[in-house]
Amino acid sequence: MRDLTYVRPRNLNDAVQLYKATPECRPLAGGTDLMVMLHARTLRPEPRAVLDLWSLPELKGVRRVEGMLEIGAAESYTGIIRSPEVWRHLPALVAAARTIGAAQIQNRGTLGGNLANASPAGDTLPVLLAYDAVVVTDRRAVPIDGFFKGYRTTALQPDELITAVRFPMDRQVLFRKVGTRAAQAISKVVIAVCREPARIAIGSVAEIPLRAPRAEAALATGDLVGAVTAIAADIRPIDDVRSTAAYRRVVTQNVLAELLNQ
Amino acid sequence: MTVRFTLNGREVSSEGSGARRLLDVLREDLRQTGTKEGCGEGECGACSVLIDGEVVDSCLVAVGQVEGRRVVTIEGLQSPLQQAFIEHGAAQCGICTPGMLLAAHVLLLRTRRPSADDVREALAGNLCRCTGYTKIIEAVLSCAI
Amino acid sequence: MVTAVGHSVPRRDGASKVTGEARYTDDLVVPGAWYGKTVRSTVARGTIKSIELKAGFDWSRVVVVTADDIPGENVVHLIRDDQPVLARSGGEIRHKEEPILLVAAADRSTLEEAAEHIRIEYVAAKPVFDIHEAAEVYTTIEIRKGEAVEGMDVGKGAEVVISRSFRVGLQEQLYIEPQGAIAIPGEAGSGKEGSMTVIGSLQCPYYVHRALKRALRLSDEQAVVIQAETGGGFGGKEEYPSMVAIHAALLARKAGRPVRLIYDRHEDLAATTKRHPGVIRHRTGVKKDGTLVFQDIDIVLDGGAYCTLTPVVLSRAAIHATGPYACPNVRIRARAVATNTPPNGAFRGFGAPQSLFAAELMVEHVAERLGMSSVDLRRKWMLRLGDTTATGQKLTESVGSELVLDAALKAASTFQPSNGPTVCRGRGLSLVFHGSGFTGSGEKKLSGTVAMEALADGTFQILTASTEIGQGTKTIFCQLAADALGVTIDRLRVAPQDTSIVPDSGPTVASRTAMIVGRLVQEAALEIKERLENGTAALPLRVEKSYMQPDSLHWDETTYRGDAYPIYAWACTIADVAVDMNTGAVSVTDLVIAVDCGKALHPVLAEGQIEGGALQGVGWATIEEIKMKDGSYQNDRLATYLIPTALDAPRIRTILVENPYSRGPFGAKGIGELPMDGPAPAIIAAIHDATGVWLDEVPATPERVLAAISGKRS
Repeated sequence: MRDLTYVRPRNLNDAVQLYKATPECRPLAGGTDLMVMLHARTLRPEPRAVLDLWSLPELKGVRRVEGMLEIGAAESYTGIIRSPEVWRHLPALVAAARTIGAAQIQNRGTLGGNLANASPAGDTLPVLLAYDAVVVTDRRAVPIDGFFKGYRTTALQPDELITAVRFPMDRQVLFRKVGTRAAQAISKVVIAVCREPARIAIGSVAEIPLRAPRAEAALATGDLVGAVTAIAADIRPIDDVRSTAAYRRVVTQNVLAELLNQ
Repeated sequence: MTVRFTLNGREVSSEGSGARRLLDVLREDLRQTGTKEGCGEGECGACSVLIDGEVVDSCLVAVGQVEGRRVVTIEGLQSPLQQAFIEHGAAQCGICTPGMLLAAHVLLLRTRRPSADDVREALAGNLCRCTGYTKIIEAVLSCAI
Repeated sequence: MVTAVGHSVPRRDGASKVTGEARYTDDLVVPGAWYGKTVRSTVARGTIKSIELKAGFDWSRVVVVTADDIPGENVVHLIRDDQPVLARSGGEIRHKEEPILLVAAADRSTLEEAAEHIRIEYVAAKPVFDIHEAAEVYTTIEIRKGEAVEGMDVGKGAEVVISRSFRVGLQEQLYIEPQGAIAIPGEAGSGKEGSMTVIGSLQCPYYVHRALKRALRLSDEQAVVIQAETGGGFGGKEEYPSMVAIHAALLARKAGRPVRLIYDRHEDLAATTKRHPGVIRHRTGVKKDGTLVFQDIDIVLDGGAYCTLTPVVLSRAAIHATGPYACPNVRIRARAVATNTPPNGAFRGFGAPQSLFAAELMVEHVAERLGMSSVDLRRKWMLRLGDTTATGQKLTESVGSELVLDAALKAASTFQPSNGPTVCRGRGLSLVFHGSGFTGSGEKKLSGTVAMEALADGTFQILTASTEIGQGTKTIFCQLAADALGVTIDRLRVAPQDTSIVPDSGPTVASRTAMIVGRLVQEAALEIKERLENGTAALPLRVEKSYMQPDSLHWDETTYRGDAYPIYAWACTIADVAVDMNTGAVSVTDLVIAVDCGKALHPVLAEGQIEGGALQGVGWATIEEIKMKDGSYQNDRLATYLIPTALDAPRIRTILVENPYSRGPFGAKGIGELPMDGPAPAIIAAIHDATGVWLDEVPATPERVLAAISGKRS
């Protein structure tokens, strides 16, 4: 970590230029994932610089843009939880943010970080999928569907920075996270459901957070029982240190049934 | 690079890479060892500090990120919580105590009369292995107005 | 004069702990110190073919220590002396993470760079991980009472016979402060040449002292061990610190300068000792009215790759295996085996939680079979005053079995049953006992010693190797001494736990500190008082007291019969759980524990031990899982080894029952480990109450619970 260069951009434009110009550079927001990886030296190739986005005002805040609610990529989960607008229009996002870590992590974790990290267990990511959120970057707007290309791999170009996430304001989304303990837990299954339009999105059951097309098709026709049955074929969970494929499969179905019956 | 920030009310600065962990700068450069390293992963909360009044894990903060900010560590805390912790037996081995006190302090600033559940939620990021949390919660509730 | 004992006086070390002033090992500033690192095996079994310090790194920048650099014996001295300090080139490896090399450098990045340029090649051999395939047995114990149980069965003494098998998992102590030591060699010309001082996070200064002397070939005076403020131990810092200390000392010796060897959490999780996992089988015979006829118990514990404290853990497991019950015919066969996994070691409870888990669940199963309440069955079976234990020890005083059962039942609030199809609630109970003090002739062999000094300034100093690790040692010793001397507590001081200053009071383990060592503190203080009153003493006055085994205690090591412990303490635990039927997650919502502690010297500290120990038991029963793969722990970070947070922890209510022990100071018995014994079986019983399913294993992970629930449904 001593050998890492710390780069502090003056504003977003500056950040975009510096990111392009600095070799082996990683964008740093709240650090809740990146700082752990840097300390453990698990990233390959090893980064030579970090670009600090945390304090850029352009990446903070909650505002309305073109009829959607936009949250800055570096806004903290605490900021999201405390935003009256987010409470009113995106309660599932508040619910998800409140299950992340605990106070210390919520004060630093960000949507931008969750997205860029693209962990299949990212707690907000199924919520973003269920909302059909839009990932806004320094150069375009990318629909969340198709944003996750593979394990920890996104549709972002090598020098592209996430600046905000936009959400439609009129959806009813339900959220449930199943973790090993009540706080500070990486999920075993994390699921977000919307009835209209039919959206079922789940994390920790594949190499990416994903939508469940067969289950959604059944849900779209009002076949709740069919949705619960169909979801088994939509997911591809594995055995890992946290849990087993068999458990994840059963729990996904159980939790989906619970959410659909609410 | 030089990073300048306020630590417990006084101006300090740090030299070296801005990517160094704030935890290491506090403990090694500034010799403030009240902030502890329990895991280096942001799981245990023993390294908790306040940055502009918010409790964070200092093992997850790059020192460059505190330029111009107000950092408070256990050494800068003056709170009735401290006496309450002694009286109620909320500190046993003491290694989680600095982080626990800072997290509790922030809770009481925001919520004057927290419930026991509020206290549990506010302290969920501070692991304790000695106390079972019971007397910690008692101590915090005893300081609620 | 207001007495100190029995009151919750402010703890001695409280102020420094709430201000950040307390100095733990890694907080200490040692000018000129280098950083140390341990290079460890990546294979579970085999031999080391070669150790190469690769080119591309300037090796003059660092110090490297191999087995060849050990001046004394290449042994971490403990019981069997089978564990090497460092594995040698051409020599054997028995577990992953086994230490091979040590490196020290002026800064951490040089250290990491050096480690990257070390290449070790192995000839791998087939490892043994399953206890049932283990060829090497560390130790076996057999305990018998009454008639031979081999011949007993239905119609042959018993009317109903139940057999069941239980499995208990690994558990990490998870002290929030990782292991660490700083070794400081005596400077040339200072008069301390040839000496080696080790300051560390540890429970037993004299264990470390003995191990240091042997490996570094030092005399009693040359080796100095000082305990720094220690951030939790729970047994995890009973024997392991000897390894850390020797490693730090070897580096310091070769480097000619101090060396700091501080583990990070990952290394601590991956390489240090854990609770012994195992399998316990019961075959229990009863009459239809519940009368207990025989208990036939088989215990196998996994000791890991080296012996460490395994024989003593097995001993405690075996002696507690029947549970707190009077049974006329008993056979307990216990063995501990070697596997190619990191060595297991001391963790609060020390074998008793494992065997009591099985014993308590057997009560539940027998009760269920007979259609009786398990509480009634416990009343029928429980050891009472005058009864004899499995080792033939007659309980002549301070038997708190029924007292704690009644107290817990009375305190438990009205049970709130299930309130919906997704969450089912249940309640379970367990009754346990725990021997205070060392097993058998242990205390006699230790002959723990305490010293006390009356100083010219009117203060008194307590000199003991018993360590403060959070449990309140320093505070209760001052209370005991103050009352014995008849002075206010502010006149008492405790000397640092420094082997060059304090006598060997024995290790801070085995629930012995308050009861055995505290009694010596009391006796020393009484003698000082007497001599001061006689006017014959000149100040400073020093008195020493050593443990004397009471004549009435007899223990036969060869037959494993007699008075296994000076006294037992008792606990009843009632656990309420809520089980999510969709996910199998078990939430322990409420815990009531009644503890017969003899006398609560300091009620808040006593409750603190009970609450903390109970939550560790809850964690072991629910979320503290360690999965093994190819001889490594997969749960080797705090993100994957999970202990309860404040949000997971139940409300815990403690009832202290005082049922004095005649030889304890003010009647106190040791209770440090006891709280660990009750929660796991109570929780399993509660899960059954909630869901109708029986688990036979801890941890009762959601995966296991859900599988059991699904199995029951189908």
